[in-house]
Amino acid sequence: MSEQANNSNQESAISVRVMDIITSIVFLAIGVTVMIGSLKLGASWGADGPEAGYFPFYISLIILLSSMVTLYQAAIVNKKNKTESFVDSEPLKQVLAVLLPAIVFVLGVQLIGIYVSSALYIAIFMVWLGKYPIWKAVAVSVGVSVALYLMFEFWFQVPLPHGSWFNPLEFVGVN
Amino acid sequence: MEEINALFNGFAVAMTPFNLLLMLVGVTLGVIIGVLPGLGGANGIAILLPLTFTMPPTSAIIMLSCIYWGALFGGAITSVLFNIPGEPWSVATTFDGYPMARNGKAGEALTAAFTSSFVGAFFAIVMITFLAPLVAKFALQFGPPEFFSVYLLTFCSFVGMNKGSPFKTISAMMLGFALATVGMDTVTGQLRLTFGNPELMRGFDFLIAVIGLFGIGEILLSMEEGLAFQGAAAKIRGKVVLETWKQLPKYWATSLRSCLIGCWMGITPGGATPASFMAYGVAKRVSKDGDKFGTGKMEGIVAPETAAHAAGTAALLPMLSLGIPGSPTAAVLLGGLLIWGLQPGPLLFVEKPDFVWGLIASMYLGNLAGLFVVLTCVPLFASILRIPFSIIAPVIIVICAVGAYTVHNAMFDVWLMLGFGVLGYVFKKLDYPMAPMVLALVLGDRAEDSFRQSMLFSQGSLDIFFSNPLVGGITSLALVLLFWPLIGKVIGKKKATA
Repeated sequence: MSEQANNSNQESAISVRVMDIITSIVFLAIGVTVMIGSLKLGASWGADGPEAGYFPFYISLIILLSSMVTLYQAAIVNKKNKTESFVDSEPLKQVLAVLLPAIVFVLGVQLIGIYVSSALYIAIFMVWLGKYPIWKAVAVSVGVSVALYLMFEFWFQVPLPHGSWFNPLEFVGVN
Repeated sequence: MEEINALFNGFAVAMTPFNLLLMLVGVTLGVIIGVLPGLGGANGIAILLPLTFTMPPTSAIIMLSCIYWGALFGGAITSVLFNIPGEPWSVATTFDGYPMARNGKAGEALTAAFTSSFVGAFFAIVMITFLAPLVAKFALQFGPPEFFSVYLLTFCSFVGMNKGSPFKTISAMMLGFALATVGMDTVTGQLRLTFGNPELMRGFDFLIAVIGLFGIGEILLSMEEGLAFQGAAAKIRGKVVLETWKQLPKYWATSLRSCLIGCWMGITPGGATPASFMAYGVAKRVSKDGDKFGTGKMEGIVAPETAAHAAGTAALLPMLSLGIPGSPTAAVLLGGLLIWGLQPGPLLFVEKPDFVWGLIASMYLGNLAGLFVVLTCVPLFASILRIPFSIIAPVIIVICAVGAYTVHNAMFDVWLMLGFGVLGYVFKKLDYPMAPMVLALVLGDRAEDSFRQSMLFSQGSLDIFFSNPLVGGITSLALVLLFWPLIGKVIGKKKATA
């Protein structure tokens, strides 16, 4: 795994130009969505003044215009930028190594509550990416979770998610 | 000298033991936030905002604004010692700060940075003390068209001042406005752009956006760069501080220039980051040994730090007097005011003088406390940076998730935060500016309200924005700034041909 990683060090995963084009197309799509939404609400002058879609309609119009210019600049004017890298494949792996576990973590927060998922997330992250011994990872992750619990539920009395599917804290008598 | 009296009343409000304690706590938290990658003034305050809901508003804003001062100070520590700007506005500080630290003058560099920060902030606070009430008094006569033209000026100046593509700035800004319209329309009571999704009825809260864009986005970026902290040792001895202070008055001209640049950039929403670069550039051009900049000149630290701190502080002037924040962090503070039931804007000075003057007095005290804390505790804060990224990254993501959840106690917001994080990462890499988007999200509703009310007055005619010299002047200025990228190009071409 690590040797492979070294070989692909300089490889670009995606170029700036492609990313620029994708982003401006997403902007165009957002513009169209907002425009349709505001036309449905009524974007003209009602009996009592401007209708609810009046302002958003013009916003969507500006989004469409400005993203079309960006798309034009990225796709046609800046052809020379074809080679400039948006992100290389090795750093992309690093980014995904944070992002994907973060998504799993948020799913965990939803299902089994924040305390246990935070502890698991921090511990796994430390062992997997930081190569820490397990006892250190457990100490840090449990410490953070307990600190969170004390600070929010105990001192500031702000409830955090306990899990919609299963609440592991029931084992220690917290509902 | 009405202001002086009001200010002394403000000191009386701010100087309770509880508030002083909050100041110290705030500044310390702020420095930690400023030192850590992925946590900054804006999202740090956004995360801590829900914790202040139970406090009296004056104490709450004192603590939150002190976090902001702390974050401004903290950015310098990482720049000087590790060559890693903890905050975007301290990038320019690395140019001369890190070389100085490598030459074994870390103590001098840090003292210079902290002291200049303090000077910049102090200058801006004095300006706020005397100018903010005047601006507020003046703005009391504003009607909806005037307010809309001021909003227009704010947003157009982003287009005019930003170095990148003006179309990207406009796209990002309009995305902010579009997101702001989602949810219940306050005038007609209709649901807008929710597409039948009950989670969207609440609308997009800008606090979630700030936490995602600046927090998660920043972590993703740092991860990509593969941070390895290797820094100079840090310790500030009393003798070094005194000796540095003896040298600093030499740079009074640089300092004053940077203060003015900072204040200007802070009031117009240019923000602290361009202010620090601009001040550094100007100092380099004007200074006798400008060509030695970048090798560890103290002047090269004084200029950007003074300007950044002056801009960061001055950004609170339009927030307090007009209800228009000059920076994302000021926007978060403004969001706090709304949550505590205070209406930011010119009336605040009339209706809640205790609150306003308490806040202004706390700025003086908070920055003094900040200077004291950073000068005495640098080794402690530097040691935070030695904690490896593989511990810091997951902990910060957990903290961001907690912060996003507590805003509305909604799980949907945590997902939204992740989405904004990815958006922030992509935006940063493609040079889409995030500050105008956040401000549009914050001010969207109010900009729309003032636009609609103006349209009602004029029966749909845009002439109302030119109906008197004041509103016409502001609107014209806004349009000049909007088309500035174009105008600048034309002037540049003429110069080239001449």
